[in-house]
Parts: sequence; structure tokens; C-alpha cells
Amino acid sequence: MFNPTIARITTRALFGRLRFLLLLPLPLLVVGLALLTQATGVDPSDWVTPVIVAIGLTVVLPVLALIIGTGVLGSEVDDGTLAHILAKPLPRREIVLTKLVVAVGVTAVTTGLPLALTGLIAGSPALAGGLAVGAVVGSLAYCSLFTALSVLTRLPVLIGLAYILIWETLAGNLLTGTRVLSIDQYVLTVVDRIAHSTLISSNVSLAVSLSMAFVFTAGFTLLGIDRLRSFSVKGETS
Amino acid sequence: MTTIAESTPAVAPVTATAVEVRDVSKWYGNVVAVNNITMSLGAGVTGLLGPNGAGKTTVLHMMAGFLAPSRGEVLVGGQPAWRNPNVYSGLGIVVEREAVHGFLTGWDFVLASAKLQRLPDPVAAARRAIELVDMAEPQNRRMSTYSKGMRQRMRVAAALVHDPAVLLLDEPFNGMDPRQRMHMMELLHAMGDAGRTVLFSSHILEEVEQISGTVQVIVAGRLAASGDFRTIRRLMTHRPHVFTVRSNDDRRLAVALMAQESVASVDLDPKTGLTVKASDYGTFTHVLPKIALAEKIRVQRLVPADESLESVFAYLVGAQ
Repeated sequence: MFNPTIARITTRALFGRLRFLLLLPLPLLVVGLALLTQATGVDPSDWVTPVIVAIGLTVVLPVLALIIGTGVLGSEVDDGTLAHILAKPLPRREIVLTKLVVAVGVTAVTTGLPLALTGLIAGSPALAGGLAVGAVVGSLAYCSLFTALSVLTRLPVLIGLAYILIWETLAGNLLTGTRVLSIDQYVLTVVDRIAHSTLISSNVSLAVSLSMAFVFTAGFTLLGIDRLRSFSVKGETS
Repeated sequence: MTTIAESTPAVAPVTATAVEVRDVSKWYGNVVAVNNITMSLGAGVTGLLGPNGAGKTTVLHMMAGFLAPSRGEVLVGGQPAWRNPNVYSGLGIVVEREAVHGFLTGWDFVLASAKLQRLPDPVAAARRAIELVDMAEPQNRRMSTYSKGMRQRMRVAAALVHDPAVLLLDEPFNGMDPRQRMHMMELLHAMGDAGRTVLFSSHILEEVEQISGTVQVIVAGRLAASGDFRTIRRLMTHRPHVFTVRSNDDRRLAVALMAQESVASVDLDPKTGLTVKASDYGTFTHVLPKIALAEKIRVQRLVPADESLESVFAYLVGAQ
């Protein structure tokens, strides 16, 4: 189920990629903003929503998950190194699950820790805990989606960005019905329920959020495995 | 019925066809990349020859389970290659696209392949494979520092680390210097002699000539010729051909040429000289100097009208 050799190479490749290294400091930006607003005497009830929710949860978490989720598999599709792994007698399930473990782990740590820190800056350990758990839930759902996109389409980053920017951000604000199909809403609900604070509020019920997050994670993982089983390796000319 | 059963030996010698391609076609939308190809490969080295874009890579990728045939079936070791990762236990492939993780050393790369093959002793297997391709000395350097030929050899090492019964190589000699080329040819030979099935693709006739006894020629997605290299070589030399000839006395030369059996027609044009249609390339090129010598005619120019490899291949398609 988990292949340490693939995990090691995938992680090294991920941390050697410029695109990832450039975005790695993004979560620290949220921490910096939180520190700055708190230091200038703004009340947490005024800055938690614009900084933590609007930037941290709706932009930084999905964008990082996008770069990491497509980075573990999509990049190998692009540069052709995937052929080395495909030409091995490994169940395709093992390849996808291993890469997913790396993606979820890296995303959860690089977003969860800074987000929890902003919760502490806001003076609420419960919010910090909520943000950490929310980051894990979000990492699972987002990474499954973006990893699957890597084998479903030749333009995973573009389509992933469209999902984040158009579906979640725009449609989520204008058409409330799409919230039930937006990962950021599930994350927000989880954070809200654990934080149990007036600083944050959510729109979707916990039962719906958790079950939908599970459906996203499991569904896209299975889809990704199935697509990799029938993955066509293109030649140089075609 | 029993007599038949008794007359057959207890252990029937299995005619080993390592790779079996049956009525395989592959198309992308309206474009047919491979058109109804049937071939079977046994032990030894086989060359897959054809001009660029003929469908060699598509055929190799279907054999490697990297592409689904649109029609027909591809079997490796008796098992379907598509959607069947188990075939890779007995199959190694070196693709044309030379993508490797540059941060890995050659040793890391081959060792990872050995581990992913779940070999009982991956370290020993990696060491053996690297020695086979003569890369032990630079094995601890990052692959990004390798030359094209070195990278190619490391990729070959990774492909044969599990000692596969079938080895497929797509244009393996690209980017190699003559010495590396020679070494790789020896290696492929040795593998073929040891009873393995080795198939390599190439668009260069001489490469195939030097290492493989059997050839499969693909032109425009179709199998144009297959079998012993010498037979195909003969087909290639004894093919009709057009030459333009210029001499100090074209008219006299034309008369002498017409007497030759290998000449089908001669066209005399005072401006461009003679256009000779030879029915047999080999004989004509052999006979022309003799005629010139006997008739004391000085041949100033002899140009084969169409000497591209493509035209040779096109002829083979027609000859089938």
C-alpha cells in the first residue's frame, strides 16, 4: 500500500521544484499579517475573517495543495519520469496512495502549523486546534482532487486553479447552492465547530461537511487509481 | 485418440514466443498510427526499423503496456501487456524520452529500480546491472551531470536490473559516441545470445545491420517486411532505381546501356544527360563502370535520383 522508495523520490523531487519552493513561504505571510494586525491593536474579531478565513483558508490552503497535489504526480507526467515507475510490477493503487500520503503530509504540515499559529495569535487555542484539524481535512480532500486531476487531464494546474478561483471563490459567494460542493466550506465548518468561537462562522452543516469531504477524498483517490491503470504514455513525437 | 496422446512427448517443447502482436492497430481519432500489424518475437536480437514517424514508438509502447491497442492484442510472456503491471517482472523498457530525476545519482536510480522490482537483493542486482553497462566509475555522480550517452546507459541498467526475459529499447543509440555504441551493441548481442528477447528500434539501417539478425520493418504504420536481415538487405539492393548519368558521350553510353539486362529504359536529354531506369540497383552500379571502361567513355557524374531511406522503405512496402 505504501512504497517507501516512491515516497522518498517523490518528496525529494517536490522539494527540488522551484514552483513549490516559491510558494512555501505563502503560509508565513498569513502569520506575518496576523502578527502585524494584532500588534497594531486591531481586535481579533475584526481581523480573523479577512486574514485567516479569506486569505489562509480560501487561498493559501487550496493553492498550496494544488501545487503539491499536482507536484507529486502531474510533474512526473509532464517530464516523462513517470514511465520509470509505471514500468514496475507495482499495483497502481500503491503508486497513487504513496504519492497521496506524501502530498497530504506535506500540505497538512506546511499549512496546518502556520494556521494554528495564527489561531494562537488571535488568542484562541481552540481556534488553533480547529485550524490544524481543518488543514488536515482540507489537505486530504484537495490533494486527492488535484492528484487525480494530474492523470485525468494534461492541464491539472489550470483546471485546479479554475476550481479554486471560479468555483469556490466566485460561485461560492454568489450562488450559495454551490457551497455544498466546495471543499473550503467543509474546512470552514470543521474549523468553526472545533473553535467554538464567535470569531468564525460557517454555512454548511458538520454532517454534510464531513461526509462530503470523505466523498471527495475517496472518490478522487479511486478515480486517480483507475486512470493510472489505463494511463497512456505518450512518445516524444505524438 | 490414445495413440496420439502417447506419441507426443511427455514434456512438449514450448515454442517460446516472448512477445506476440496479433492484428494490432492503433489510431488516434482519424489518424492511424499502426495498421494491422502481426509479429512474434523470440529469443535473440530483433531490430525494429523504419523512418521517423512510422509508428515504431507506438508499437514499442503497446508491447510495454504503455498504450492500449485500438484493435488486436499484444501478449508479453503469454499475458496481455495492457492494464497488467505483472508483465513488468519479466519486461524491461528504455523509452526514447530520456527523462530522469536529475537529483538522483546513477546508483540511486538503478537501486530504486531494483527495489521497485522487489528483488531479494537489490544492492547486488544494481551493482551487476551498472557493471554491465560499464558505468561503475561515475555511478555516484548526479544524473544531471551525465552526458546523453551516460544517461542512456544508466537507463538501460535500470531497465535490465531485474534480468528481464524481454528488453525493449526505443532508439537506444541516439546520442551515443561510437565507442559507447559499440559497447551497447555488444551488450545487446550478449543478452540475445543468452536467450533473452531484445527488441530495439532505429531509423538507421547500419545500426540494425550491425546487431540484429532479424528485422521488422515498419513504414507508415504497416509492417513492410520482416525476417532475416540479409534477405531484406538483398531486397533493398535489388530494387529498381533511377540514376542520372552525365558523360563525355551520352549517346554512345545510352546505346551500350540499353544492351544491359539490368537497364529498363534510358532517356536522353542533351541538357541534363541520361536518365537511366535500372531494374536492379546492385547489378547496374556494378555494370556501369565496366561499360564505361570498355567503351572508353568518361562518366562525369552518377547521381542516384532518390536515395532517401524513405524511398527504400517505400519500395519494401510495394515488394510485399
